[in-house]
Amino acid sequence: MSDFFGDWHALLLLLVAGVIPNQIWRMLGLWLGSGLDEGSDLLVWVKAVATAILAGVIAEILVHPPGALASVPGLLRYGAVVVGFIVFVLTRRSIFAGVVSGEFLMLAGKWWLG
Amino acid sequence: MVFPPLDSPQWHRPLRAFAFGMAAVRWTILSAVLFVTYIGIGALAHDTHFSLAWALLATLLVWAGPAQIILISTLASGASVVQSAIAVTVSAIRLFPMVVAVLPMMRTPETKRRQLVLVAHFTAVTLWVECYRFLPHVPRERRIAFVHGLGSGLALIGLVATAIGYELAANLTQTLGAAILLLTPLAFLFSTARNSRELADGLALGLGLALYPLASLLDSGLDILISGVAAGTIAFAVHKWREGP
Repeated sequence: MSDFFGDWHALLLLLVAGVIPNQIWRMLGLWLGSGLDEGSDLLVWVKAVATAILAGVIAEILVHPPGALASVPGLLRYGAVVVGFIVFVLTRRSIFAGVVSGEFLMLAGKWWLG
Repeated sequence: MVFPPLDSPQWHRPLRAFAFGMAAVRWTILSAVLFVTYIGIGALAHDTHFSLAWALLATLLVWAGPAQIILISTLASGASVVQSAIAVTVSAIRLFPMVVAVLPMMRTPETKRRQLVLVAHFTAVTLWVECYRFLPHVPRERRIAFVHGLGSGLALIGLVATAIGYELAANLTQTLGAAILLLTPLAFLFSTARNSRELADGLALGLGLALYPLASLLDSGLDILISGVAAGTIAFAVHKWREGP
């Protein structure tokens, strides 16, 4: 059983560092939200910071890649994202087209490099 | 997207509304984005040596892709619990305005707060976006049941994808494993760009990407937080300046 879940320490980490710090904002929204104006300056700022943090997460995976992604050279990782983004814009914001072309470039580049 | 008319007797039973909500996951491209994102998260959990059950439990209880990725990558890179918790909680702040925006769409004068707890839990970018699209076609008194169904359907997709990604990462060659891990930044970048309708959000996205490499030079353990607050605040300032006095 302990193999299945990992150790109890990992479960405690999930709760303390993951579940609670994440859910607290949903529950605050539930408890305090009815009085807030959606267009207020505070919420616009919060949304901008939250978006920028998400951008930071994206950049972190590309700059300090985890696991198997580290086997792909940096230029190829960045190139895949740039090409994917260009296709995304050209296809009038098709997420699917952007993801497929980014993946394709990365795989083609890796195959070409051997 | 085909729903019965608002006054149809098909909406009378809450269970039926739940089923309509669950089936509605077929009508959104975001289901595919969610699937792809969670494949990446499952693969990441495998490559950083977390167990499959741990990864599934995280998907069920955290239910926010960015928070899960931050949690996994910070813990795996040796950050302390406090550093991970801070990075996760900052990334989760964006859930607050989403919940605030979603709940009024299904509240009636009789609605009790505890009836909305599960809706708040399911609220994340996918549900938030789709509520705007689906809920006008759902009678107000059945919206909570509908959203419970929609949220359950999306969570099911997330759980299945987490397991598939985990197993794929365990069994694939290095190149295909890398391709799966690359899905996460691509899917997040494009879905966020698509949802950035206002200047402040688009700027925050671009500046956030540009400032992270600078912030990571500080090697503080809070790099994402530092670049995020800086980029978000600059974007907000530009937004205010453009708006004028």
